[in-house]
Amino acid sequence: MNTNGMGSPPLSAENRRKAGPTAFNSVRVFIWRTWQNTKNNGFGFIMDAVLSPVLMLLIFTYLFGGAIAGSTGAYIPYLLPGILVLTVSPMTVYSGTTLCQDISKGVYHRFRTMPFWQPSAVLGPLVTDAVRYLIALVVILAAGRLLGFRPAGGIRGAALALLLTALFAFAVSWIFSMIGVVAKRPETVSGTSMMILYPLMFASNSLVDPGTMPGWIGRLVELNPISVVVTAVRGLMEGTTGGGEIAAGLGVCLVLIAVFAPLTFYFYVTKPLR
Amino acid sequence: MSYAIQVQGLRKSFRGQEAVKGIEFEVRKGELLALLGPNGAGKTTTIHMLSTLLPPDSGSAWIAGFDVVKQPKEVRARISLTGQFAALDEGLTGLQNLRMIARLHGYPAKEAREIAGHLLESFGLTEAGNRIVQGYSGGMRRRLDIAAGIVSRPEILFLDEPTTGLDPRSRQGVWETVRLLLAQGTTILLTTQDLEEADQLADRIALMDQGTMIAKGTSRELKTWLGGKTLELILTEPADPVLLTRLLADSSGRSNIRSDERLVYRIPVDNAAHAGQLVQSLLETPIGIESFSLKEPTLDEVFLALTRDSRDGAVTKRDSGRSPQ
Repeated sequence: MNTNGMGSPPLSAENRRKAGPTAFNSVRVFIWRTWQNTKNNGFGFIMDAVLSPVLMLLIFTYLFGGAIAGSTGAYIPYLLPGILVLTVSPMTVYSGTTLCQDISKGVYHRFRTMPFWQPSAVLGPLVTDAVRYLIALVVILAAGRLLGFRPAGGIRGAALALLLTALFAFAVSWIFSMIGVVAKRPETVSGTSMMILYPLMFASNSLVDPGTMPGWIGRLVELNPISVVVTAVRGLMEGTTGGGEIAAGLGVCLVLIAVFAPLTFYFYVTKPLR
Repeated sequence: MSYAIQVQGLRKSFRGQEAVKGIEFEVRKGELLALLGPNGAGKTTTIHMLSTLLPPDSGSAWIAGFDVVKQPKEVRARISLTGQFAALDEGLTGLQNLRMIARLHGYPAKEAREIAGHLLESFGLTEAGNRIVQGYSGGMRRRLDIAAGIVSRPEILFLDEPTTGLDPRSRQGVWETVRLLLAQGTTILLTTQDLEEADQLADRIALMDQGTMIAKGTSRELKTWLGGKTLELILTEPADPVLLTRLLADSSGRSNIRSDERLVYRIPVDNAAHAGQLVQSLLETPIGIESFSLKEPTLDEVFLALTRDSRDGAVTKRDSGRSPQ
């Protein structure tokens, strides 16, 4: 028995408002929201995006540089592109843990009852995270310059390298967002994520040349998506890359997004609330 | 008459456990219905189904005439849910929270800012507006949460245990807010475990226990069903309970006399005259009376009596009989 005696309402301004914001606007609101959050927690942001990347760079340059490449100066051109990727990769896990935390609190229940394009609640934070990756990347590049890093690819090559790295991190963050939506507790997210991430990060060409590894491992390491991206980033920095390497790097990113973004949306929208 | 909320045979199970076992009720426009029941009664599950968060296993529900399963978008445009956990972004300020919600409802940025400012003012949060919510007290959070719930001026508001865990002063603040919203014509479905809250705010009360609805009616009707008044006697010194109970039963004509300890006795009576006679007859005995008083049944007693019935398996469904189809 349906007692809807209202008929179809005329499309007044009030009704348009009731229909909710456009998808674009709701994504913008979520980007704004996450950015305000980041600003309100300025200390955490500086730790995350400034201090820890620089620390990573210093540790690898000065502690390992001599052992791996003979001298710190010789290592840094090889290391820096790798460090770019290695620094932002663990940062992508936070996208998942924050999402999981948010969902376990009440605010997502409210979002779910509101008339806006639901995926924007997931997409917005990830876009803001991508901005954070870019900031961290710029910081590392600047620190690298102080340590003597001079990319042969020039400003254009360096800028493209940073953009590709940020795109890669954005793509990876969809994997962890999906885990974040499905998982019950944030601890599960960080645990699982680190388990996936760390082997991939170290079994890559980001820190050492796979040529120095036993043959079959070396070949495996070159197939690692992180290696593919690091190769492209290195090529862009040195200005030596051909289209193939860049296409492979971009391809990795696009495949990750194409697979995990729809899955994340799907799990988010259908997530039961108990 | 069209209802704001209409529920028919709604059911929901979680892993084989039936949380809501086919409930029916309706809420008229502009009315506050309190869903009253203990933990695990199925109140929150019901609210989640009505606010499109959970799909029901069977049964139907309409919000402002729209089907919650088939027309969730229309439903969402007319409702607002304030859940048991404050649905706020802890990392944002109060003002930022309200601006965000207003923007997500489709208000342009400038209007969103105005609405947020007005709401903070009417909820007494202007000063706290620029502080981060993490530092708010429980009462402030709840008020901000309700404010966030009415940004869109919803026709229908779901309040899930809005005062649980609040101190008495904050609770009063929330009640005033609820009354204000009712006065503005909002329809409210409120869940609570607190009988006083239901008594204070609700036009009608629906009692839930273990997934079923065991009684519906106004607070006065519910109290009437339990029967009449109670005479409470406090003695000056302990008396032999067996002897005294028999004496009281003889002179009151009632057998269901309760005594908490040897000093306090509760006797069901018909009216004040009946109680007076009883006290008079006791004064003629050597039993000393410290004080006596005539009590209306409390909703607590109604609640305990009815839930005891339903748990004993002797489900006596009660209805005000005034719910028209």
